[in-house]
Amino acid sequence: MDRLRRTMMFVPGSNAAMLRDCTLYGADSIMFDLEDAVSLKEKDSARMLVYSALKSFDYGDVEKVVRINALDAGGDQDVRAMVLAGIDVIRLPKTETSQDIRDVDAVITHTEREHDIPLGRTRMMAAVESAAGVLNSREIAHASPRMMAIALGAEDYVTSQKTYRSPDGSELFFARNFILHAAREAGIAAIDTVFSDIDDEEGLIRETKAIKQLGFDGKSVINPRQIPVIDSIFAPTRKQITKAMGIVAGLKEAEERGSGVVAVNGQMVDKPVVERARYTLALAKAAGMKVES
Amino acid sequence: MTENSIDRDIPEPYASVFGLYKGQFARIHDYRRAQTRVHPRRPGESKLVDSIHEAIVKTGLESGMTISFHHHFREGDYVMNLVMEEIDKMGIKDLTIAPSSIANVHEPLINLIEKGVVTGITASGLRDKLGAAVSHGIMDKPVVIRSHGGRARAMASGDIHIDVAFIGAPSCDAYGNINGTSGKATCGSLGYARMDARYADQVVAITDSLVPYPNTPVSIPQTDVDYVVRVDAIGNPEGIAKGATRLTKNPKELLIAEYAAKVIAATDYFKNGFSFQTGTGGASLAVTRFLRPMMEEHGLKAGFALGGITNTMVEMMEAGQVDKILDVQDFDHPSALSLARNDNHYEIDAEMYASPLSKGSVVNQLDVAILSALEVDTGFNVNVLTGSDGVIRGASGGHSDTAAACRMSMIVAPLVRGRIPTVVDRVTTVVTPGDSVDVVVTEYGVAVNPRREDLNTMLDGLDVPRLDINQLRDKAYAITGTPDPIRFKDRTVALVEYRDGSLIDAVHEV
Amino acid sequence: MNITHPASAGSLESSDIIVTLKPARQGIRIDLESSVKEQFGAQIEKLISQTLEELGIDAAEVQAQDQGALDCTIKARTLVAAYRAADREDYDWEGINSWIG
Repeated sequence: MDRLRRTMMFVPGSNAAMLRDCTLYGADSIMFDLEDAVSLKEKDSARMLVYSALKSFDYGDVEKVVRINALDAGGDQDVRAMVLAGIDVIRLPKTETSQDIRDVDAVITHTEREHDIPLGRTRMMAAVESAAGVLNSREIAHASPRMMAIALGAEDYVTSQKTYRSPDGSELFFARNFILHAAREAGIAAIDTVFSDIDDEEGLIRETKAIKQLGFDGKSVINPRQIPVIDSIFAPTRKQITKAMGIVAGLKEAEERGSGVVAVNGQMVDKPVVERARYTLALAKAAGMKVES
Repeated sequence: MTENSIDRDIPEPYASVFGLYKGQFARIHDYRRAQTRVHPRRPGESKLVDSIHEAIVKTGLESGMTISFHHHFREGDYVMNLVMEEIDKMGIKDLTIAPSSIANVHEPLINLIEKGVVTGITASGLRDKLGAAVSHGIMDKPVVIRSHGGRARAMASGDIHIDVAFIGAPSCDAYGNINGTSGKATCGSLGYARMDARYADQVVAITDSLVPYPNTPVSIPQTDVDYVVRVDAIGNPEGIAKGATRLTKNPKELLIAEYAAKVIAATDYFKNGFSFQTGTGGASLAVTRFLRPMMEEHGLKAGFALGGITNTMVEMMEAGQVDKILDVQDFDHPSALSLARNDNHYEIDAEMYASPLSKGSVVNQLDVAILSALEVDTGFNVNVLTGSDGVIRGASGGHSDTAAACRMSMIVAPLVRGRIPTVVDRVTTVVTPGDSVDVVVTEYGVAVNPRREDLNTMLDGLDVPRLDINQLRDKAYAITGTPDPIRFKDRTVALVEYRDGSLIDAVHEV
Repeated sequence: MNITHPASAGSLESSDIIVTLKPARQGIRIDLESSVKEQFGAQIEKLISQTLEELGIDAAEVQAQDQGALDCTIKARTLVAAYRAADREDYDWEGINSWIG
């Protein structure tokens, strides 16, 4: 776990006002959209606007992601401009196969090499939005060392499945689980889809609780007001924090002893449990909760 | 040219006539209340006249006099335009108008100024086209900007003497008993108009809802009214709630409001029985939305809510979160209805609301005022009057009154609007002096006036970004660039009176 | 780069600007409409000129309708208007990246 990704906020690449204000609301990642939010005839201007914003604003600690177009639909220029501008992550939409990822990787690599940018600095994530994408997500997750996350794009996916989204989300049950398995197997993050009704806070709470329980790292966000709601669900309980602090203390003690075996209250603790405890403490800190160390 | 105590140049002869601002409470002194002429009525005499024309004739209104109006109908007001049109037809010139404020709907005044019908204006503020016309030098005499409390003071002390007040009356009987809670165009409180009724020599009630005697409850009594005129319509109820009072969904305004609520909840003022006032403007109105759950969590109730009243305050009162509402003006229809319905919703006049020279106004009892701003500078001075282009487009309102008197005044405003920085080196026009302003809340964080070390301590540990005011200014300029100074001409187009009657600033022609 | 026909970029949304470029015989002439002209007009015009200069455009008639755009937006809109007006889609990202910031 290199960083928290509870919320990834979509920002239309053509919206000049939002490009500056988007960091105000505490999203862990910002996803500038050059794809669906931008009309065909404005692809060039949105690309330039996001490029120019990245070159001039200080986005601080937030993770900067850009959703590019397909390589044969302007994505090639998207990648070159964004890598030059220092984007953290290139997000490929509608990913169907591992070859899609390798193709984008090649453009990134080329751009990095040409401009003396450390190779591998630019990372990638894939959004899968179809049956093929979901079923291929194991290969997709492994397709490039740049891969840091895989996300579900539910709107296109449910349409391709000949269904529609429902409050209980049963139509996404398989896709969510499958993607999550692919992500965990590859050791990368899993990001859930957007919740589009911004006035339905209860629905957002229900869905976020469900995907958190499944194991997702976070959720895509289309309105800043969704961020505190999601953050509060991802915030650990006091009890979880206390337990996690015990485990991390045990780890420290083991390291001081020069021992590889971590024990808490006489019980041996596995490595994944230690990792989990660190993640819990990171979530707690991000939620503004007290974590003594 | 003379400088006042906050380094603002005040041109002569105005500096000598009005006096220079020397500090928030430098001009509080004893005085005699102004006298008014009374034309008594004998039994059997009628006050009802057939038309606005007849009323004007009966008052003996002539060139050179001062007349007044109230702004309770806000953008829905018909009365000022109706009366001024008739005055124009009658060939009366050289009038000074002293309405409590002026709205966009009063744009026809521009024409009357050009024709010499109106040669003097004093009001809380000017909007859009009239503001622009005045800023471009349409008038020979500068407009005098007065706060709501300052206007009440000016009337009580005789600084403004009104010859005839024309009062739009939502309901009225033939003998002049008026209220704002029944009728066709209900505006609720008549807090500003009550001053005109008491201090004008003659009072004309203009109504579209003539009701049988006696019209109760009595907001303005028959003892203050000379004539009653019936017209088809005095105002458009929809215009009353227009503009200033929308409930925001703007995430930036909501973020500012959330920060402001957190600041309030962290102070010592946040205790059972505390009082508050919200201004107009998205973020300011939204503060209560975040304050309510915090009050619930702490089991707190507010003692009173003050000011321009909105439906949110009424909801809080009806939910048992606010004991009483003290109401000088209503910003929407539900609030006007509440004044009629709720015993604990109480109408007050402008003097009781905010006058610095009354025997104690309600603002002196106020804990927290949440106020807006067009600009705030690093000395915490606030401009709510002129735009960044130097053009008059706002109103003084109760800003300087509440800020001076309450225990904590908060400015809530976005750091940047478009490319216009809100926190600046030096505001274009000072309406409220920095000594009155305690906290500035923006979406980038909160700055406390260094004068309020106690507040700084109260806010220790608050999970809202804390900056000093210079850092806020730097952040704003980093986004917008450093603005070039506006080039003004020499002519003075408006004088900004502080609430005590001294001059805090002057506005020049652009 | 040469401007061969009129073209514009941007929108009338708040914080945006529409930059329209038209062919001209010589020199850059800028007609700016802006709500912040008093305080930022000179800076905006300078930015547009500099951007055109970087692209090697020395003749253009510029119309700019500004809604309070920030510098990075003004640069982006000017650049795209220029590329469109020159009928070029092959953006010189490397070149642009060397001076923009």
